[in-house]
Amino acid sequence: MMILDIQRLSIAFGGVRAVDEVSLSVASGTVFSIIGPNGAGKTSLFNLISGIYPPLDGRVRLGGEDVTGLPPDRLARRGLSRTFQNLQIFFRMTVLENVMVGCHRHERTGILADLLHLPSVGRQNHATRERAQAALECVGLAAEAERSAGALPYGALKRLEIARALTTEPRVLLLDEPAAGCNGVETAEVAAVIRGIVGDGVTVVLVEHDMRLVMNVSDRIHVLANGRTLAEGTAAEVRANPAVVEAYLGVHTAREAMRAQA
Amino acid sequence: MSVRRVLDHRLAVIALVGAIAVALPMWFPSAYYYRIGALVFVYALAALGLNLLMGFAGQVSLGHAGFMGIGAYAVAIVPAQFALPAWLGLLAGAALSGIVALAVGRPILRLKGHYLAVATLGFGLLVAIVFTNETRWTGGPDGMTVARLMLFGRTMSSAQSWYWISAFTFIAAATLALNLVDSPTGRALRAIHDSEIAARVLGVDVAQKKLAIFTVSALYASVAGSFLALLNGHVTPDVCGFLRSIELVAMVVLGGTGSVLGSLVGSAVLVVLPQALTVVHEYETMVLGLVIMGFMILLRHGVVPTLAARAGVRWT
Amino acid sequence: MAQFLQFALSGVTVGAIYGLVALGFTLIYNASEVVNFAQGEFVMLGGMTTVFLTLVGVPLAVAAPAAVIITVAAGLALHRFAIETARGATPVILIIITIGASIFLRGLAQVVFDKRFHSLPPLFGSDPIHLADASILPQSLVVLAGAGVVVILLGTFTGRTLFGKALIATASNRLAALLVGIDTRRIVGFSFAVSAAIGAVAGILITPITLTSYDVGTLLALKGFAAAMLGGIGSAVGAVVGGLLVGLMEAFAAGYVSSAYKDAVAFLVILAVLFARPQGLFGAAKPERV
Repeated sequence: MMILDIQRLSIAFGGVRAVDEVSLSVASGTVFSIIGPNGAGKTSLFNLISGIYPPLDGRVRLGGEDVTGLPPDRLARRGLSRTFQNLQIFFRMTVLENVMVGCHRHERTGILADLLHLPSVGRQNHATRERAQAALECVGLAAEAERSAGALPYGALKRLEIARALTTEPRVLLLDEPAAGCNGVETAEVAAVIRGIVGDGVTVVLVEHDMRLVMNVSDRIHVLANGRTLAEGTAAEVRANPAVVEAYLGVHTAREAMRAQA
Repeated sequence: MSVRRVLDHRLAVIALVGAIAVALPMWFPSAYYYRIGALVFVYALAALGLNLLMGFAGQVSLGHAGFMGIGAYAVAIVPAQFALPAWLGLLAGAALSGIVALAVGRPILRLKGHYLAVATLGFGLLVAIVFTNETRWTGGPDGMTVARLMLFGRTMSSAQSWYWISAFTFIAAATLALNLVDSPTGRALRAIHDSEIAARVLGVDVAQKKLAIFTVSALYASVAGSFLALLNGHVTPDVCGFLRSIELVAMVVLGGTGSVLGSLVGSAVLVVLPQALTVVHEYETMVLGLVIMGFMILLRHGVVPTLAARAGVRWT
Repeated sequence: MAQFLQFALSGVTVGAIYGLVALGFTLIYNASEVVNFAQGEFVMLGGMTTVFLTLVGVPLAVAAPAAVIITVAAGLALHRFAIETARGATPVILIIITIGASIFLRGLAQVVFDKRFHSLPPLFGSDPIHLADASILPQSLVVLAGAGVVVILLGTFTGRTLFGKALIATASNRLAALLVGIDTRRIVGFSFAVSAAIGAVAGILITPITLTSYDVGTLLALKGFAAAMLGGIGSAVGAVVGGLLVGLMEAFAAGYVSSAYKDAVAFLVILAVLFARPQGLFGAAKPERV
């Protein structure tokens, strides 16, 4: 079943087509990676899919339903969530509270009940706190729960964003460069987290530059260049594709990618 | 339990405010001070409402005194024109403020940064113009008298009774505000403040949340405005003027955006200062301008959060 | 028809002043992204300082330039002490700082000058000139001519001189301007100085018609801002066009609808623009990049 189906999606910024008629389909329960040189349109594509930019053209289907142009909060309710390349952490809240916001769409109390702190609110807080704590354990941040999010190192913040996105209970999770700025150890942790997510039945769509991570976890890879599709296939197919090698991987990285598959 | 954990608890803040409210009159040399105290709590209530909007949700309103005006004039006009008791006027004012907030809030809150600031400014000014010009209802620029509040058969006109009424109301309002912090709505608002886009992506209906808190803050301001008119016995269009709106913002920022105690501190400073300056009344405006500039430039986080940070305390 | 022309003439006259205030806003906004609410006080200072200098015996021909210089000094002081020291503040904090500054300047004027209305002698007498069925004061023509001169001078300066080009560069991209060696701090300070001068000149020109007092600044700032928003904040042409339009709308509203609600026009304009087309008539719509 194709849980995410993109058809001929396009957007332009002042005359420049950042994403030009890109089509792709993601099978449920798999890891789908989007790679390409800087400026290829990967983050713009993500922003299109997650409802942050309205598309110029094209269709997005989630679980068979046409969700083109829906705003991010409506998409979240339909089971699509994402993380951000440039970290959109709630820095003035604690680590736990950050993740608790992820539970928001499942919380049932209204503003009046919240103002009056009715017993239902106490119960809701308790339930949310438990779920958030569990999510933190999944990404190895349980010990940091009460710390201010601003105090965490970069790699931990990346995992925090993932935990937060996971608590929305998405069907599809878009990860925007989860390993950016991470060292080898942190990247391996990210890979483990991704495998865990997929193991729980969530589909992961990944934008990433780290070829080792991409080759390691991906079921299918889609290559973008200049806003257009360059190639798509399994890791092996993409690595061997001469156009991809020329445009993006270069001979050196192709060798790295081969090593990663070991 | 360390001092820190105790102060983190919202009940501690309420107890502190309550203690202040009860203890203060022991130092009042005359009834005049009860009036000052009442004014401090009334403005603190309005400032608290604005704080919910600014401190929590990270929005801004440079026209919030407009809602104070609606509350103030409601409590004047309803008894005068409809021969109904003043407390009904207070409810009517609150209802009207709520409706207006819901109506203008949706389009206004779509704006951000200085566009939002100016839109709210325009709103506040329009309200003031309406109240100044509809002389038949409002008495025009000179204002109108306000009938005293009758509660349980007694006329509430003494400064003393208003001190207790406004102190109690502020404490109740503060409790509601503090309840909000650790609640789904509160977390959603704080999230919106830190990163609106992340909040969206997590399923928060940002527009609806902003509108909800905008309406609540309008209600706070309306009740404060009603109290102001009732305790003064008089209302003029100044109550909703541009300068008042700016004073409210100054109270919030001075005391500490997002801090309940800060609303009280900010109000205290800006209410007491002109009183202290009555000798040099002419310099009032100048000093206000300097105070606003000074705090915005130098102590942007406000008094209470700066002190709280030093003491290692979190939510106040 | 005569009425229409009359309203149009008075609308265009006051609109020219709004346009100059709006131009001042735009200059500073372009150079530094600061919305300067004290802009209206520059107009007030120009008029009031000139009045009080003449009251102590200084001839008008000296008082007027002196007032402009004093206002420019105020503008530079505002930049140096309030804006530069608050670097890194959010746009809202900066607006509030400038509001504080305008309140301060108003309080200062109240103390140094007084609270009454004052006038200045018009340049070419006060006998109205008759134009078709309407009459226009000679001073109105002076205002319009003066506004035109200011706009042309500004345009020439920014287009033809190196400093002017540096101003445009800073407005387009402050970091890039810094990197090519432009002292952006001086540029921003300069924009404050020029805006103050423009405001002061506007104040001196309009005082013979509308009088001046210590608190004319606030309303002028708001209406000038409405004009800038209507024209598209960031566009100099827009500022002038916006000013004329707001002035005209106000005059027609006062004439045909209700003079009491005249002031409301500008604020309704602000709200309408912000809701319908925030970038104004001539501004560019900026997509938000994440």
